[in-house]
Amino acid sequence: MSAIGLKFAAPLLKRRHVLPGFRLSLGFTLFYLTSLVLIPLLALLLRPVSLGFDGFWHAIATPRVLASLRLSFGMAAAAAVIDSVFGLVIAWVLVRYRFPGKGLLDAVIDLPFALPTAVAGIALSSLYAPNGWVGKILIEYGIRIAYTPWGVLVAMIFISLPFTVRTVQPVLGELGQDVEEAAATLGATRLQTIAKVVLPMLVPAILTGAAMALARAAGEYGSIIFLAGNIPAVSEIAPLLIITKLEQYDYAGASAIGVVMLAASFVMLLALNGLQAWAAKRR
Amino acid sequence: MSKQFKNPTEDPLWLKLLLGAVALGFIAILLLLPLALVFKEAFADGVTTFINAIKEPDTLSAVKLSLIAAAIAVPLNTVFGIAAAWCIAKYDFRGKTILVTLIDLPFSVSPVVAGLIYVLVFGAQGWFGPWLVEHNIHILFALPGIVLATIFVTFPFVARVLIPLMVDLGRDEEEAAATLGATGLQTFLRVTLPNIKWGLMYGILLCNARALGEFGAVSVVSGHIRGVTNTMPLHVQLLYDNYDYAGAFAVAALLAMLALLTLALKSLLEWRYADELAASHRH
Repeated sequence: MSAIGLKFAAPLLKRRHVLPGFRLSLGFTLFYLTSLVLIPLLALLLRPVSLGFDGFWHAIATPRVLASLRLSFGMAAAAAVIDSVFGLVIAWVLVRYRFPGKGLLDAVIDLPFALPTAVAGIALSSLYAPNGWVGKILIEYGIRIAYTPWGVLVAMIFISLPFTVRTVQPVLGELGQDVEEAAATLGATRLQTIAKVVLPMLVPAILTGAAMALARAAGEYGSIIFLAGNIPAVSEIAPLLIITKLEQYDYAGASAIGVVMLAASFVMLLALNGLQAWAAKRR
Repeated sequence: MSKQFKNPTEDPLWLKLLLGAVALGFIAILLLLPLALVFKEAFADGVTTFINAIKEPDTLSAVKLSLIAAAIAVPLNTVFGIAAAWCIAKYDFRGKTILVTLIDLPFSVSPVVAGLIYVLVFGAQGWFGPWLVEHNIHILFALPGIVLATIFVTFPFVARVLIPLMVDLGRDEEEAAATLGATGLQTFLRVTLPNIKWGLMYGILLCNARALGEFGAVSVVSGHIRGVTNTMPLHVQLLYDNYDYAGAFAVAALLAMLALLTLALKSLLEWRYADELAASHRH
């Protein structure tokens, strides 16, 4: 580079940012984030401090609260596993097979994202009630979904499905088929190739989808309360118990459950970040 | 002979049929059946009954409130999304990863917890509660609370689409514009905006759908005052709990139509501007 060029470039290189607006955009971002998200979250996190450890523990360690947490997280884990299996199958069919109406089917996957949870709730409730379209059939086999813990599971499977499909689908789409061809040339059957070559490459995506599904399902409220029957210690989810306690002006009890749920969100967010870093390294 | 030329990466027919049937069956029962039920119930007694149910004054005021809340929350989150994406994509600074994680945080927080935190800040027993009462300012059980809860749950939508998109686009074009003497605003409007406009639309679309449909968070802060602080999804619950199924499913159908419209526009954007949106889907 000529001396003149350097002379002109020097001030540009010295300045940290060529583009204007750094302070404005970062300042607004931090202000908006802090005032609307971080400070309110802090208000929740600081509540147990005013309660004291004993008070906090007292608010959590009641059979009803523990049962609701167990139900929310237990069923969310089950829903995440079920959705991961079906999500993988759906992603496989959408990426690998060609059939008419594929675009429509692909669009429908996001229905649980787009449909308000209250609408999903009353629809699922009417569907699985003993006189509903599906409930009517199941009741003949002695299976009750509505107003039981299984209602919680069905609603969670519904709302979490898109996460598992949408995380696996793009990864599967970008996967080169050369390794599969190599496996086939080396004498592997199609099933061996899928199980030993393709699936291991999808593991990070499947786990990411499952974690997102779990996080969403554990915190879900709207679609579940219509279907679950909300019997305390049986089919009462943790978010509902927060609302119940708020309605009784039991702020301490509501906050204690809220803190546990928030802590679980943080853990899952960290797990997701870890998963993504791991997946990036593997790639 | 034909076996020799079989595509080695193609699944055998039985597997295709099996996986196709599982995927299709799961989607039909889990997603399509509830959707069909909503419309069947809403229009069971004809279109006139549906229209009359929507024309109820309380229903109309719920529609109006939902639209107002979304009309405030969505533009604010859009400005935030642009500011956040601008500073994250165009500059280097420390703590960027933490900032991105914090922006995503509201996604993993339960909607009920999102409502709870604002109760702890603005409620009667909250941080600013006594002060607000003294000055006769209503935040909870009024429009500001509903808007705050809506902002929280839709917080990351626009930012999340724009950040990866603008990171992928890089800084060269903007830096060239700045070097040629364009102001920050000119650079944004004439260089950046044309590149991100479809991504921006995509983010706003998803943000808007969630804002109109939010239930859990709004349910905590709204106070459920019929005709005053009931949004559309809350009104669905109120009607359903009062055994007004025709009314509940009429409003539900209205929301479901909105969801279908959102899905259609989303698919259109994804199909038409696949290349531009690709960046946001890889993350």
